[in-house]
Amino acid sequence: MPVKTGNPRHSRRAADEPAPIAAARSAVPHRASPGNAAVIEFRGVEKRYDVGAVGLDQATFSIGRGEWAFLVGSTGSGKSTIMRLLIKELEPTAGSIRVAGRDLGEIDRKRVPYYRRNIGVVFQDFKLLPNRTVYDNVAYALQVTGGSRKEIRAKVPDILRLTGLSTKLHNFPDQLSGGEQQRVAIARAFVNHPPLLLADEPTGNLDPETSIGIMQLLYRINRAGTTVLVATHDNSMVDKMRRRVIELSHGRIVRDEATGLYVRDESTREFAVRMRDGLPESPPVVEKR
Amino acid sequence: MKVGFFLREAVRALRRNAAPSFAALATILLTMLVIGVFIPIVQATTGAANDVRNRVLVDVYLVRGATPTDIARVRQTLLGTANVKRVEFVSKQQAYEQQRKTDPEAFQLLGENPLPDTFRVTPKNPDDVLSIASALAPTSSGGKSTPIDRAIDSVNTRRDDTKKILEVTRFVKLMAATLAVLLIAASIFLIANTIRLSLYARRREVEVMKLVGATDWFIRWPFVIEGIVVGAFGTLLAILLLAIGKIAIIDPLASDFTLISAPSTMPFTALIVVMMAAGIAISALGSGLSLRRFLRV
Repeated sequence: MPVKTGNPRHSRRAADEPAPIAAARSAVPHRASPGNAAVIEFRGVEKRYDVGAVGLDQATFSIGRGEWAFLVGSTGSGKSTIMRLLIKELEPTAGSIRVAGRDLGEIDRKRVPYYRRNIGVVFQDFKLLPNRTVYDNVAYALQVTGGSRKEIRAKVPDILRLTGLSTKLHNFPDQLSGGEQQRVAIARAFVNHPPLLLADEPTGNLDPETSIGIMQLLYRINRAGTTVLVATHDNSMVDKMRRRVIELSHGRIVRDEATGLYVRDESTREFAVRMRDGLPESPPVVEKR
Repeated sequence: MKVGFFLREAVRALRRNAAPSFAALATILLTMLVIGVFIPIVQATTGAANDVRNRVLVDVYLVRGATPTDIARVRQTLLGTANVKRVEFVSKQQAYEQQRKTDPEAFQLLGENPLPDTFRVTPKNPDDVLSIASALAPTSSGGKSTPIDRAIDSVNTRRDDTKKILEVTRFVKLMAATLAVLLIAASIFLIANTIRLSLYARRREVEVMKLVGATDWFIRWPFVIEGIVVGAFGTLLAILLLAIGKIAIIDPLASDFTLISAPSTMPFTALIVVMMAAGIAISALGSGLSLRRFLRV
């Protein structure tokens, strides 16, 4: 069989794997100072779609290891384009993108699956496999990398406990609520402990209370040293989080700053309390994309 | 471990996508059934056509009262003629017996045997009939043909019949071949389409697998195995139905109709092997190739 799906850490790819990823894996303490050893680096990136629409125009930014950043902007502003460029679903028209020091332009088509295993991705529509149980959905991410049954049996229940799904192991996605489905998606994205987690509108389909639970989960993952990039148009959420915000409009970056001061190191519990504070005043349902 | 995983994945997909799998199975079953019926029919038709062509003969009628010496001499002459494959002697008496069987009453009225001794000359190739006839009885300038031996009364090729038979059988063989090609092409397209349809229903699944970092072949193998299983199962059912049909309908009839038991039809086991190979190959290749479109994520 021509399939070569050894665990990337042990396969021949280990040699050319960029150092930052390996470093990030070894559970770097959170709060590495932003800017040094960038995990994501966009330089003059431009994406024009065939129909002539501009997806992204001269985007330049970098996100450091262990950082948390929001991508905000209205529909069609280029948030999703950035996400899709990062998972190499799209190719930029111009400019260069580096992830963990590796130029994405140099990864050929055959290598894309191996690259994607280093990135956890969470989508607005969850993208779970409909005919697999919660357990099997998460296990699939490990099976893809050639993980042994033993490894799967050890890791999957762990990550599901972390995401609070221990009682739903054998349910199918359509038997779960939206929040639960998103937790499964996060568990699947994180089970390989990727150094980078992308979340494209992770709370877009969820109510505010559930959204806070999801953000709390992402925050916990971030605190464990994973770089997290969240695209959202839930402004109240962004305001409360007080993290770095990159704002896009018509494919251009119009703002890139820390909203207020970076919140000092806080526990997940403190985080949740602060997030829930003043919840009733927040706009009830965010318009769906 | 890997093979086991892919097998389990294929079985899971079959179980959880029962409806599209069933559609693919039914398509393969039906097309294989049609092909399984059609292959023997084509072969029987071609066989029958060849049979008819082989019946194109030159009849050499001897004069009344031909002596055994005459008969022996004519036989030598005939055997010495170009393009002759076989010479068969039918005596007056034999001819009479044969004819009387077909119409006893008419021959009862005749009383006496009106038939001459006959040689049936089989040509090497049906198309040579006319040249043999003219060699045995060259046509003079007056348009009257004179046999080369005085013991030969006349040479009969049934010229018009012969021409018709040759033309018709050629046409029948060509038609059979054309139909076979068309049918096989239609089957392949039908199966490929059904498979594509069932894959289309699952394209989102493939997309998700790709986003999680599955390689193309990691995604493809279960689909190919699924194709093999569906192809094998569908063909197996078709073969079973054919076997039942053969035992229940064809075999009892075969003793009555010579056409069905024409010697040139394929043996049933060979037919099974060909169908099995075709069913599995089409289905597995169809799945593997149709998937390519959806793998481009």
